[in-house]
This record gives sequence, structure tokens and C-alpha cells, in this order.
Amino acid sequence: MSQKKISLSVVGLAALGLVLSACSTAVPGAESDTKPADAVEFPVSSSVELEGSPTFEAMQERGKIILGVKEDQPGFGMRDAATGERSGFDIDLARWIAAELGFGEDRIEYVTIPSQSREQSLTNGDADLIIGMYTISEKRKELVGFAGPYMTNGQSLLVRADNTDIKGEDDMAGHKVCSITGSTPIQYVKQNHPDVETVEFDNMAQCVDALTSSQVDAVTTDEALLIGYTTLAPDQLKVVGKPFTHEGFGIGVSKTDDALRKFVNGLLTEDSDVLQKIYDGNLGSSGVAFQAAEVDNY
Amino acid sequence: MQVLTDNLDLFVLGFTNTGIMFVISAVFALLLGSVIGILRISPSAPMRAVGTVYVNTLRNTPLALLMMFFALGYPKLGLPALDYFTLATVALVLYTASYVAEVFRSGVNSIDKGQTEAARAIGLSFGQVMWVVLLPQAFRNVVPPLMSVFIAALKNTTVASGFSVMQAGAISANMSERGENLLVTLLWVALFFFILVMGLAALQRKFERKWAQS
Repeated sequence: MSQKKISLSVVGLAALGLVLSACSTAVPGAESDTKPADAVEFPVSSSVELEGSPTFEAMQERGKIILGVKEDQPGFGMRDAATGERSGFDIDLARWIAAELGFGEDRIEYVTIPSQSREQSLTNGDADLIIGMYTISEKRKELVGFAGPYMTNGQSLLVRADNTDIKGEDDMAGHKVCSITGSTPIQYVKQNHPDVETVEFDNMAQCVDALTSSQVDAVTTDEALLIGYTTLAPDQLKVVGKPFTHEGFGIGVSKTDDALRKFVNGLLTEDSDVLQKIYDGNLGSSGVAFQAAEVDNY
Repeated sequence: MQVLTDNLDLFVLGFTNTGIMFVISAVFALLLGSVIGILRISPSAPMRAVGTVYVNTLRNTPLALLMMFFALGYPKLGLPALDYFTLATVALVLYTASYVAEVFRSGVNSIDKGQTEAARAIGLSFGQVMWVVLLPQAFRNVVPPLMSVFIAALKNTTVASGFSVMQAGAISANMSERGENLLVTLLWVALFFFILVMGLAALQRKFERKWAQS
């Protein structure tokens, strides 16, 4: 397709390569400001006991944990198409929780679960936990259980670096704004800003591509996700304005498994500094501070 | 039922757009497809070549790819700006027309060669042979396969949901964000498609009966 898309993905791969090589080689002194080397190791707990959790029993029976994640969210959940390697904030968070449950690297199975099928996957038991920018909402709580939130977030805007017209939510009028088909952010724009022309694509990369090639003027979704895109192409893209909605990201568990939900909540509450470390390791270079959230142990 | 009544706005909007897109696509695909079909059986070699290239190119391209070209590629060509609905409909018309053309060709091929020869023998031109002798019979023969092509086109409209067109295929994505049960949503969408397809099937039977008697 367009050259810009190619160049953007090249930048993305290069950035990912940098991050990966920084993890594995850990040259002393080098890259110290972008990638602390201590952010990736989690000691695996042994003899974990979790009373009354059917999900945990199922994990132990099959000998591994199945984690539902994303594979197309830079900085949070990315899968390298060439190596199959997964990386990002949510992936590290997933590895941490798995380790605390007694499952080391070799006993984790990742599955990529599209946003629309998250509730069904948890209900069916296709995934033990879903960790991937899963926004907690009252309506969703009727279908699944949520541990967390581990991070607060809100919808924000991504624009081209040279754009000076759009500084926040109120400047969107008369512009083209893109997000994922049917997503909460696009429904918010349609409801609150009827004078904005919306464009919807199946995935974020298409929106970002449309943005870099000037087909749309802004891309909107959770700020955290947008930050991930700016780390890929810092001189082409920027995040503007304050987040204009307030939501929390949670970890999806089966609705019937309160024990597992409380276990994860316990982790998030007691070791809240681990999250900061994971954030610094993945998104520290973005210049945007981590916004921790207070766990809602309902 | 509540899933439906609570979100009637989405279902109405989605299926209205699906309906509009389908009707426009069906009409234009029928016209374009007939022309391409005639090109493919015309006596002139260059015209046949045009028809063959068209059918082989369009029919061999996945619809999603074609829509992707129109939705993401077309706006970069510097041509007059069109909205995504129009672009997706054009893609569906071009795609469906290649199938319609093949259905027509098979319909014409199914008519005994002697009829063409007899028509030529009494001095009819190629156009006359087509219009007076072959096409009326061909149309009758192709009603069932043509309806299958249209039913496929109806369902193919859902592909456009990935390219900024709000129609039936995009309902489930919207519903999931509203926190509704995906399975129930999909069952409703499937039910409505079933009803629409039943309508087309009834239309097919009507045409079959009508032309069988004449």
C-alpha cells in the first residue's frame, strides 16, 4: 500500500527490535534510559494454593495457563509476526500473574482474542484470564468478572505531529476522526460530537495509516494505546489534549470465579510497584507517566 | 429479546444500510454482469479478451482485498473524494458482476447450438440473435444460479463493516462494546439474514413459475 504505512511499520519493527535486543543483551550503561533490565524477570511461585477457583483447577489439570492477550497494540500487546515473540506492558503483566500462580514462561499459552469475543472466551473457558486493555464497565460486569483496575485511562486524540488545529476534544468539529469499528471511543464521538465525521476500520493500524496519509485528521481511542503508537513514530505522531473519558483497565476472569479475581486483586494491591516497573520497561520512553488505579475489590 | 429491543437503533440502521447496499449492488451487478457476459461470448476476439480479463481478475480477487483497495487505496489516488459507503458498493458491484457474467455465459452455453445457427441462417445479426433468441431462454435457465449469486452478494455486504460502513456486519462490534451478549446478538443478526434470504428465495420461485408457463 502506501509508502508511509511501510515506513511506519519499519519504524515499528526497528523500535521493537531495539526493545528486544535491549532485553536480551543488557549491555551495561547502554540504553539505560529507555529499558531497565530488571523489569522482565518474575520469580515463579511454587505450591500456590487457591481454594475454590475452578479456573485454577483447570489450569493445574492441563499443566499450563492460557492467557488471552492482544497482538496489535504497540507498547502493550504486540506479537512479532516474524518470530512470534510477544512483548509489551500487558504481556509482562500477564507473565507476572502467571508466575505468581506458579506458571513459568514455558507453561504459558498465549491466545490472541479479538475484542468482540472476550466475554464469550471467558464464559467458554477458552482463556483463563484476559489481559489486554480490557475496559471495565458495569454492563460487562454482568457477563464477566474483573480484577483491577490496574491502570486508569481515558479516551484521547492522536494527530499528525505538524497538526496545530486540534488541541483537544472540543477542536474535533468538522474534522475526520477514526477509530475501531463499533468501539466505545467511536460511539462516544458519535453521541457527543454529531458534527464530527467518523471513520471506522477493523484495526487501529489502518486508522493510524489513514492518519499518516492525511485521510483522517485524528485517531481516537484509549490514551495509553495512542502513546504506544507515538513510541513507534515519534516524529510523525503526537497525542494531544487531556483524556476526556475516565475508565479503568481490568483483567477479565470468569464471572463464576471470585477466588481467582480476589487473588489477582491481592497481587495488584500488595505489589503495586511492580506495575510501575513494568510500565517503565515498556513505555517509560514515551514521556507520559503511568496512571495507577485503585483496585476495586468488589 | 431485550438485546434486540434495547438496541433497535443499531439493528434498524445496520439492516437499512445492508438493504440499500444490496439493492444498489444487485441492480448494477446485473447490468454490468450481463454486458460482461455478452462480451465473453461475442464473436469479436478483442471483446472476448476484455470480458475474460475482467472476470478472471475480479473473480480471483478476494472481496476483502477489493474493498480494502477501494477504502484505503482509492482515496490516495487523488481522484474525486467518495464516501466509504459508495466505495464499498462499487467494490461489491464489480465483484458480483464477474459472477453474474459467468452465470449468463453458462446460461447461453446451455442453449443448443442449432438455435444460434438457425437464427444466423435466417439473417439475424449478433445483437438480434442475443436479444431475440438466446437471452430470453438464457434468463430462464439462470434464475436459480443467479439468485444464489445475489444471496451471496447480500451476505457479502457484511465485509464492508471493516471499512467504515455501518451495516449489519458491524452490529456485533457495536453491541460488544455496549456490553451485550455476543452470541445473542449474532443469533439475531443471523435470523434477520435468514428472513432476507427467504425473501430472495421466494422471488426466485416466483420467476421460475412465471417463466416456466410462458
